[in-house]
Amino acid sequence: MKILVCISHVPDTTSKINFVENDTQFDTNGVSFIINPNDEFGLTRAMWFKEKQGASVDVINVGDATTEPTLRKCLAIGADNAIRVNATPTDSFFVASQIAEVAKSGNYDLIIAGRESIDYNGGVVQGILAELLGANFVNTCVGLEVEGTTATAIREIDGGKETLKTSLPLVIGGQKGLVEESDLRIPNMRGIMMARKKPLNVVEPTGNETHTTAGSFSKPEPKGSVTLVDASNIDQLVDLLHKEAKVI
Amino acid sequence: MSVLLYAETENGIFKKAAFEVASYAKGVADALGTNVVAVSVNANDASELGKYGVQKVLNISNESLNSFKAKTYTTIITEAAKQENSDVVILSSSANSKYISGLLAGQLKAAIASNVVKLPVSTSPLTVERTAFTNKAFQQTVLNTDIKIISVSSNAYGIIENEVTAEVVDFSVSPADDSIEITNIDKATDKVSIADAEVVVSGGRGLKGPENWNLIEDLADVLGAATACSKPVSDMGWRPHDEHVGQTGKPVASNLYIAIGISGAIQHLAGINASKVKVVINTDPEAPFFKAADYGVVGDAFEVVPELIEKLKAFKASNA
Repeated sequence: MKILVCISHVPDTTSKINFVENDTQFDTNGVSFIINPNDEFGLTRAMWFKEKQGASVDVINVGDATTEPTLRKCLAIGADNAIRVNATPTDSFFVASQIAEVAKSGNYDLIIAGRESIDYNGGVVQGILAELLGANFVNTCVGLEVEGTTATAIREIDGGKETLKTSLPLVIGGQKGLVEESDLRIPNMRGIMMARKKPLNVVEPTGNETHTTAGSFSKPEPKGSVTLVDASNIDQLVDLLHKEAKVI
Repeated sequence: MSVLLYAETENGIFKKAAFEVASYAKGVADALGTNVVAVSVNANDASELGKYGVQKVLNISNESLNSFKAKTYTTIITEAAKQENSDVVILSSSANSKYISGLLAGQLKAAIASNVVKLPVSTSPLTVERTAFTNKAFQQTVLNTDIKIISVSSNAYGIIENEVTAEVVDFSVSPADDSIEITNIDKATDKVSIADAEVVVSGGRGLKGPENWNLIEDLADVLGAATACSKPVSDMGWRPHDEHVGQTGKPVASNLYIAIGISGAIQHLAGINASKVKVVINTDPEAPFFKAADYGVVGDAFEVVPELIEKLKAFKASNA
């Protein structure tokens, strides 16, 4: 089984969110970047396929050279090869179409993306990719088993989950549940040393079609301070929720 | 020209999200000077959408489509958009609509903006404002293709009545070659889901153990709320994983979010900050949640929550 894991290179959750150049660019100054959490669950699940079922695991990112440390981290965790499409990820369609080009020539059986990235939260790259490839697609995937060319996937739905049976080639939008937080791997020294020798192939983009143009950013109004209610005066809380907040 | 929306049903009944998306679609159609058309599957009373400004509903009646199947439903929306010559397609942020959104964008070769929180800021070119960085910022996005898709954030625009008479038209499409088979659906039918809930009551480590969850459940009962929990609580197995809300769990965009014994780690706040009013109950006045909350009670959950349940019951009784 050949697996491709799509990796978004995103600011750490605790990053300060600021913008520069007239609020048109995210300010990366002092920001540390990580593997997108939803993708990391998928990468770890891919490692299990590698170790238990002999799968090969490639990782891909569409981005400039600054994303390479994130791809190296994936190699240190255990991916076999990394591919970087050398382009600015301008919109979801562009990213999906670039991954689709690589996926077509690589004949992957399973493509694992995250349900969304924690920076732009679009959540559509995986669906567009599946459509471009004509592959089966399961979103918000919280469990996946593959036997031969048959896949059993568990999808999170509003208020529960459903089990789906489908076949490869398959694209999933993965999330926590594929593996648990405690299953995530921290690269060890041996992994880091080995990652230096593993291939990180840089490929040029195919075409430049985009569907959207990004405009300026803004930030929400600062929130007012909390209204504290004394624990001995819960009547006041009920009153505030009713009359002021109007939510009960 | 038309604005098309996908109006979700469950067991023949429109979901709340369908009315919100219909209200939003009406706003977009007014700005563009065009009509609102909805597409729905097995709606018992499709004309109900007229209340929110929908002039025409293409309703499919086909029992084999009772279970949601992404590929088939995507094809239904694509065919409806072609038939109605739609320029804009509006989707909700439900799990099923998010499943469809990427497929539809691929199929229609359409520009898409997710998590849109208000009516377009400009109609020519169509420019929307969406959330980014997990609700810590907004970004304007220009949609450049002929057909455009807008996915609306839950509970951001609200439901707005705009009564017209909706013409209901039977619609059918040949089913897509869907090679995904549903083998099991595991869904609590007696509980409000976190996605649909107006109020969410959420518990953290401060509750000391799963045996104390009756506090959360009793409070949720009084409020008609969904129950949720913090990540440590689901990691320790006190509560099922599908109750975990936060960045890697479920997102919450309710009207009221009550956090009990949750300190408010940044990953937790990222998942719930789309909620409109946040209440925190915690013994530690230094807990970060107090900075994110609108109302706070510094106190012991085991004393404050039973008291709150009693006061809410009394409030409900006097306002019934």
